[in-house]
Amino acid sequence: MNQGQDLAISVSDLSKVYGERAALSHATFSVPLGTVCGFVGPNGSGKTTTIRMLLGLISPTGGTGTVLGHDISHPEKYLPQVGAMIEGPAFYPALSGRENLRVLASLGGFDQAIVDPLLERVGLGDRGGSKFKTYSLGMKQRLGIAAALLPNPKLLVLDEPTNGLDPNGIHEVRSLIKDLAADGTSVFVSSHLLSELQMISEHLVMLREGKVIFNGKTDDLLSAQQPVLVAKPEYAVDLNKLVEIVTKSGHAVSVVDGAANILTPVDWAATLNRLAFEAGITLSALTSVLPTLEETFFEMTGASE
Amino acid sequence: MIHVIFAEMRKLRRPTLLLSTMAIVTLLTTLFTFLTFWRVGNPDGNGRRGEVVTAQFLSTPHGLVYGFNLVAFLLGIVALCIFASQTAQEYTYGTLRNLLVRQPSRMKILGGKYLAMVLFAFIMVIFSMISSVAMAYALAGHAHVVTTSWSTSAGITALATALGNVLLSVTCFGTVGMILGLLFRSPISAIATGVIWFLILENILAGLITSTAKWLPGQNITNLTTGQNFSFSYQHSLILDALYIVGAAALVSILFKRRDVAN
Repeated sequence: MNQGQDLAISVSDLSKVYGERAALSHATFSVPLGTVCGFVGPNGSGKTTTIRMLLGLISPTGGTGTVLGHDISHPEKYLPQVGAMIEGPAFYPALSGRENLRVLASLGGFDQAIVDPLLERVGLGDRGGSKFKTYSLGMKQRLGIAAALLPNPKLLVLDEPTNGLDPNGIHEVRSLIKDLAADGTSVFVSSHLLSELQMISEHLVMLREGKVIFNGKTDDLLSAQQPVLVAKPEYAVDLNKLVEIVTKSGHAVSVVDGAANILTPVDWAATLNRLAFEAGITLSALTSVLPTLEETFFEMTGASE
Repeated sequence: MIHVIFAEMRKLRRPTLLLSTMAIVTLLTTLFTFLTFWRVGNPDGNGRRGEVVTAQFLSTPHGLVYGFNLVAFLLGIVALCIFASQTAQEYTYGTLRNLLVRQPSRMKILGGKYLAMVLFAFIMVIFSMISSVAMAYALAGHAHVVTTSWSTSAGITALATALGNVLLSVTCFGTVGMILGLLFRSPISAIATGVIWFLILENILAGLITSTAKWLPGQNITNLTTGQNFSFSYQHSLILDALYIVGAAALVSILFKRRDVAN
């Protein structure tokens, strides 16, 4: 290892420009070893471009980076310890799932005996002999994860690993990532399922329009957000009146599930309670909640729901 | 690189590809050899471009490999299609990125794939030769062809020379297929371009302006299988093909090494 021995990934000023369009612009972030790091951003924000550069598939037009301490200009030094699934699973349709894994195992010089246990691990033990083209999207995704696990990786890079999976499959992938992290594997995972990421990611890198807008601990990001005051009237007919009171007081409000979600300091709750009482409205609930990762994401990236 | 060769062989040995290739090769080889022997001496022709091949010629040491030489060009086209599709499909399936993650040295990927496909082509050619020889012996009696010279040292030399030349020409066609696959990154485009060029355009060009034949890659690769049958020498073809193929292969190798893998 050359540098950044405690980092799984570290990039500095990393850029990729296609013609006049910057797919990634001066990105700087780092991912500590042994953590699960979520990689989020709207479509076209540069996530896959970044992952491709980390894996040596495309060359950066500027900046530097290291993976497991090795410069990204020498992927041969670190890729034997990296498992990856990029942009969904891609395999040979005429080969079985097992044979597809054997092709990759041969290529990497891995023992063929690890193929069947891996198929079992991702729940494809009974379908390993079926041709890849007969697989459902969820099965293809599982095979992609199995392929990423072939090298017993020190770093696992997963691009949308839960695409096409049913809730049970999503739960299994979440458990798998947790298990791997518990064993010391660093996981760098991009996903649009932000609620899932919130559950598993200790660290987060957020992109918008090719730029890093957050890089740090997930808890730090969420705790820095302004809490939302949720007020629910006892009777639904009073909701509009409650919204009117909040608006007149100069606070932003939205209605979610029959409750008013108010962007205001928490200590305004007492004032709201009093104003509602004076207007003859009884509140059945008045709580403050931190925004979820999904809500934070929408707020920070400006993406629409 | 040995790991890449093993990985590629796993793909090439899949029954649909292996069996269908060998079936096509057997069909073509036995058909050509059958027609040569069955129609022996027929004034309408039973050989290349309507030439009349007699029982007397087939009884010479070169008679055994005449049918095998006839089919060599088509074996080359089969090799071109296989090399082109096996290379270009890595792009269309998106599997190239998997390969490069497991083996980041792009030159090793390219070299290993090429050697595995050359090995596959060699098996195909040997299979074809065995089919042709078997058919020649089976029909020799019907065609009144005397087979004694086939098993002499001259006959065995002719067989070995034909095998070497066909292996060389098939490898050349396959290499062109791989070059086209890397350039077009689409099996259909690569195969269509190769087949249209070698089967149609070159023949039109060589027919209309005969002096161009000497410089056309396909005509020169075909000359390697027959030797001296054209108006230019075997050595000329060997050198020219080497220049064309090595030059083009070097260019696409640089392209492959430097090009972003974005799909």
